[in-house]
This record gives sequence, C-alpha cells and structure tokens, in this order.
Amino acid sequence: MGKTLFDKVWDAHVVDSIENGPQVLYIDKHLIHEVTSPQAFNELKKRGIPIARPDKIVATADHNTPTINQHLPIKDELSRKQLEQLSINCKENNIQLYDLGHKNNGIVHVIAPELGITQPGMTMVCGDSHTSTHGAFGTIAFGIGTSQVAQVFASQCLLLEKPKSLRVSVRGKLKKGVLPKDVILYIISKLGTNSGTGYFCEYAGNVFEEMSMEGRMTVCNMSIEMGARGGMIAPDQTTFDYVAGKEFAPKGLDFDKKVASWKTLPTDTDATFDKEYFFEAEDIEPMITYGTNPGMGIKISQNIPDIEDRSFEKSLEYMNFKKGESLINTPINYVFIGSCTNSRIEDFRVAANYVKDKQKAANVHAWLVPGSQKVAKQIKDEGLQTLFEQAGFVLRQPGCSACLAMNDDKIPQGEYCVSTSNRNFEGRQGQGARTILASPLVAAATAVEGRIVDIIKHLN
Amino acid sequence: MEKFTKLISRAVPLATENIDTDQIIPARFLKATDTLGFGDNVFKDWRFHKDGSINESFALNNSNYSGSILVAGDNFGCGSSREHAAWALVGYGFKVIVSSFFADIFKGNALNNGLLPVQVSEDFLKSLLKELQDNPSSEVIIDLENQTMGSPIGNTTFEIDSYKKTCLINGYDDIDFLISKKDKINAYEATL
Repeated sequence: MGKTLFDKVWDAHVVDSIENGPQVLYIDKHLIHEVTSPQAFNELKKRGIPIARPDKIVATADHNTPTINQHLPIKDELSRKQLEQLSINCKENNIQLYDLGHKNNGIVHVIAPELGITQPGMTMVCGDSHTSTHGAFGTIAFGIGTSQVAQVFASQCLLLEKPKSLRVSVRGKLKKGVLPKDVILYIISKLGTNSGTGYFCEYAGNVFEEMSMEGRMTVCNMSIEMGARGGMIAPDQTTFDYVAGKEFAPKGLDFDKKVASWKTLPTDTDATFDKEYFFEAEDIEPMITYGTNPGMGIKISQNIPDIEDRSFEKSLEYMNFKKGESLINTPINYVFIGSCTNSRIEDFRVAANYVKDKQKAANVHAWLVPGSQKVAKQIKDEGLQTLFEQAGFVLRQPGCSACLAMNDDKIPQGEYCVSTSNRNFEGRQGQGARTILASPLVAAATAVEGRIVDIIKHLN
Repeated sequence: MEKFTKLISRAVPLATENIDTDQIIPARFLKATDTLGFGDNVFKDWRFHKDGSINESFALNNSNYSGSILVAGDNFGCGSSREHAAWALVGYGFKVIVSSFFADIFKGNALNNGLLPVQVSEDFLKSLLKELQDNPSSEVIIDLENQTMGSPIGNTTFEIDSYKKTCLINGYDDIDFLISKKDKINAYEATL
C-alpha cells in the first residue's frame, strides 16, 4: 500500500518504538521564543543536563515585544526580564538568537521560512501551536508544551504516538476576493474546532497547488484551529522556487540533490487516509467570524445562524451579536493586520492595493504589524509603506502584537476588532475585546469604511 | 513529578464547551520565567469581573463546590500550546480533569505535569455534571491502576497510554526515558 506525505516524513524520523506505546521521533529543527522556553532551560539546568544539539535550535523574540520604539528599553519589567532571560539562556547554551532589532528578527513562523530554515521533509517543533505553519513546505511541524521543549533540549527527540491521517481536498476555481484565509476559515466553519484532534491534516487539490507559499502558510497555520496538530501541503516547484537562494537553504549541487529527494515526498496515489473531506472552490466566499472560536464563521454575506445551545448563546452574548443578524454595516473601530497567519509580504500587498488612493476611516485605529524585519523592509522597498502612509495608516515594528495582546497592543474592553489573526477567543486581544477574524482584504476594506462591508459587492 | 495512583474527591462542575487555554490562563500572565504562581490566575477573567470584583456565578466561586477534580464540557484545552494552562490548574489544586474530549497539546501537557485527563462519554459527562450541580457533596473516585472512575451516577472506565500510565504511577517523566535512548539517537544521527 502507498504512503502518505505525512507517513514518509514521519517514518524517516523514527529512532525507536515502544511496544504498545509511543515512538521516539527525531526533530530536525527546534524553534524557540521567550515565552515557552525559560522553564525548559531551568529544568535542564536543575537536573544538570546539557542541551543536546544547540546547532539545531533557532531563537527569536516575538510574543512579548513592543511594536513601537524597539530601540528603547522595554518599559514593562516582567516583559523586559523575560526577554533578557532568553538572551542569557541562548548565550549560555550557544544558541543562535535573532533578538529585537536584529535584521532577521520577527515572528518565529515568519522568519524560519524566509531564512530557508524551514525545508521540505523536515520535522520541526516549537512551543507554539501555530508551528503548523511550516507544514506548507511538506514539513511535519507542530506545537509542543514546555515539558516537551525540555525533552527536545535534552535529546533532540520527542516521545509521541503517531497521529491518524486526514485529507482535506478543495478543487475548482476560487472567486474574486477569496483569499487563502477565507479558504481555511471556510473549512473550519464546516468541520468545527475539534474535527482534526488526533490527526495530522494534508491539504490537497488544485486550489492549494495554485497558491503561493505565503497562502499555503496561512492555510497550514490555522490547522490547529480545527484541532489538528499539524497541516501539510505536498512540496512542488512553487516550494522549491521559494526555498532556493534563501540564507540557510542548501546551495548548488546540494540543493539539486535535496530537490530530487523532496520530489519523492508527495502522497502516493494508492495511499489511504483515516478521514477525508472534499470541498468545491466555487462554494467559498469571503468569510468572517461572529463568535468566540474560529469555527464560528460565516460568509460575509450570510446571517448569524440560529442555534439552540447554551455555549453558542454564551458566545453571542460575549460578542453582543444576535442570532439571525447580518454583520454587514457593523461599525468597527479597530483593525489589526498582522500575526503569524497574515503578516507576510503578500498580505500587505493585498491591503496596500485596496487602500491605494483611499483614506482610512476617521473612527478606525488600524495596527499594521509586519511579521518580520525582512517583511518590513520589503514593504518599504516595494513602495507599499508610502501607499499606506498616504491613506493615513502607520506601520508598526514586527512581532506577535495584538494577536495575543501580551504586549501593549491591546484592544479595549467591548470594542470589535476585525483581525487577520487566528483566534477569536474571549479576551484574546485584550480583556473584554471582541475579535472578528477575516482576510487582509476584508480587514483593509473595514479600515477604509469604518464598518464591515460586503467585499464582493464592493469590489464589483 | 508527583506520583498518581488513586483519588477520592468532590468535584467542580464547569459545564462550558470548548474551554480554550486563553481562558484557563490569559496571555498577560505568561510573562513569568518559572512555573510557580499560575494557580492564582487560573480562569482569571471568568473568576473576576474587570473591576476586580468576584463573579459569583462562576463555578469556581460557588462555595457549594470543592475538590481537586474539575468536570468540564467537551473539547477542553483547545487553542494555544501554553503549558502554563496545566501549571495553573495544578497550582490551583486540581489533580484530575474530566471531559468528553481533550485537545491534543493540552492532554500531553497535563500528563507531563501529573494532571490526569479522564475522557468519558458525552452521555456520562452530561449526567455527571447534572449530579454534581444537584448534589455538590457527591464524591468521585479515580483509580488510575484499574483505569476506572466511580461516581453516584455509576462507574465507567477510561483509556490511557500504558507508557504514560507507568510514568504517572511512578512519577517518571519523558526526559529520563529519552536520555536512556542516547545510543539509539546517536546511531540515528550518524545516518543523517
């Protein structure tokens, strides 16, 4: 029987198997950041265990960093100490750190692909659930807890049970105005937030094959929002072209050899999955969420469904929405374009293209936060920064920012925020804040109009 | 890690579904560099109103409820991978979480901190939540060795990976095990 893309990568990394138990899986790359690593460093220190392979670890500061005045000392004492601790830990253990202000600094899931650290066929982990992003390259990448960060530090391996396999296929032609974010929000709205729990998901079909790497990363990023530990897309010429020439990518003959092996990774035609879903591209429209989990999404033109369920009603109460109502024309005072889901150059191109020759609505506070220093530079080099500034927008400095509001970028109590991030949980963007997830196009249109608009009608 | 074998305790019913780790421990409390003190902030924004006053209607603030078992709605622990959620629940005093479904990463994090996730059927969960709301003094018995759970509404069994069960009963963790595999790991690395 044939093997899936996931099987091929997984099986090639199994070091040992315990009878009726987990397997020991070798990890090729371990990404770390300031929030979920300090306790793991402490644990190893306490037990006198050295870090097994510091050369396979890359660190960045992103979750808890300010997005203005990054050159100044951080005001919040706890945040400053957490970042200082990361620097100390990396220095003591000889780990490459892209600290605040470094030209390679940025959100962990943005910098690893753009530096060529992420490559097809690898196993990658990070103490962050959106590590699934790297699956866009045909990589087994998933989020881990801090105890597991310590395990990888100690052994470069993890003890894991092999997940089951799931495939989501989308075929056909996407409508105008439908972006990769809409595709994944649509899938999650159909399958729910726990349909993928216990599974690793492969996205297949021409819709994903035709996407750019940025689009594929947006899709794989949100796999965890349907419960799947990770999502993958088979590597192809688009993948190879993206990786080629990146700072840490193999070069010359080595690269050619790698490509030859990467070409063997796609799922065999006779491979089977434990679960399969199929969707038609023509059924997908620009999406928004109305509730407090990413599965509570609708087409922007639809009304909120009428469901008799206490958890559903509690969620609508939090959002101050009613069953059966439309979100079109809801006034919006906050817009966030950023996060590991949508802060890459393509996302800012989409937004810039929309705001060109228009003006930001007076009521809107818009936070545009590039995913990395490289993206920030690209925005400037391509002239997009000028377009944003002419339209009344200010660009901030890279980081996770208002996606999880650990720093000062918090949405005030009771306010709605149309956000390109990945989670609309209660309080995610600040205590009492109400998050509406959407694509960068819908977010840009909201910022210009000051309210939610039916983007398809608007574009026509 | 603390050993776990058997627990007899009252339980706190929290009948909300899809409880994500942002609710268990909000991101603004993730700035610490150790694992202590998170219990004070568990479910912070559900336990307290924004002005700091106590939310009397929240289960953890109901003086009728007590015990080191939390019985929660379907899909517990979804969202962020933050192990701080497990530290917060353990710090508050919970030793067992009962639900009809657990998110993957949370489940792993819980087990790595001696916090036992007990998965029961949806029907059993529903009846148990009702029983605890009606009779808060009801006791629940968790027997890890035999993988059974006893309660006034009846008994049930639960699944756990045999390796993880051994770890919990003996207080072992994965680091010791992985280091014992050093030769095999070195041999694997030699093939790269």
